Amino acid sequence: MWTWFHKLASPPHFYRLAKALSPWFLVPGLALIAYGTFTGLFIAPPDYQQGDAYRIIYVHVPSAYLSQMAYTVMAIAGGIGLIWRMKLSHAVAAAVAPLGAWFTFLSLATGSIWGRPMWGTWWEWGDPRMMSQLILLFLYLGYMALRASIDDTAKADKASAVLALVGVINLVIVRYSVEWWSSLHQGQTILAEGGPAIDAEMLYPLLANILGFALVFGSLLLRRVRTEVLYRERRTRWVREMILSPQGQT
Amino acid sequence: MEAIAMDKYGAYVWSCFALTFVVYAINEWRARARHRRIYRDIEVRVKALETRP
Repeated sequence: MWTWFHKLASPPHFYRLAKALSPWFLVPGLALIAYGTFTGLFIAPPDYQQGDAYRIIYVHVPSAYLSQMAYTVMAIAGGIGLIWRMKLSHAVAAAVAPLGAWFTFLSLATGSIWGRPMWGTWWEWGDPRMMSQLILLFLYLGYMALRASIDDTAKADKASAVLALVGVINLVIVRYSVEWWSSLHQGQTILAEGGPAIDAEMLYPLLANILGFALVFGSLLLRRVRTEVLYRERRTRWVREMILSPQGQT
Repeated sequence: MEAIAMDKYGAYVWSCFALTFVVYAINEWRARARHRRIYRDIEVRVKALETRP
């Protein structure tokens, strides 16, 4: 197990593995999104209260899940980098932050567009779910700004990992905000107590899109980490040999 | 046409799906472009070092 773990963490091994794995995430991911989006938009019945407006759920919920998953990955990778000083884990944390920021922005934007016809407002400053999700976006932006402001990569890795770990508290607030406080945002739907509070015809396309988005996200992340590894290892012998080799792997 | 109109919510629903597509396209393009740029920079440097007398 540890041998496998150490081999995976080796930059040249990961560089090759990520290239091979990326299409295995991307192709099924896009197929699932195609199924989930088509079924969600055209086959699933309209909601009895929200009509067709609820169909925004098929992009809003997956992006919201991914915004939180990306932060979890960033904090765990940062923690591993701090404790075990694995070079690859800092590369993962650095690569996942911009993706997390984009998906957080997407969840906020689609939520706001959904809120206009349903709640009569684009934004509610007093809403705990919206505000904690906005803080999540600021955490990502702060994390990236902190990294960019420190020239020494090792110091930037450590400082940003501490920030990522401190920010985990906000993830808990995002998750439970709709239960702890009164909120315009609806409560848990898929993970509701007693099973999903949504009809199967609406649920299956949503699950397909959640899994599809996660796979596409995985493919993007693998490729971003690969680039980050290449940049960090640009002065090493294996990169030199790879570039000068007749096959010239990109 | 009814499917496109989405009752009266077409503008809201379609703009969300369009925005999602745009965000994905930007990320896909950025991932490819950054890799290409970094790879080329390293390639130029490595080959310059190799040809140096």
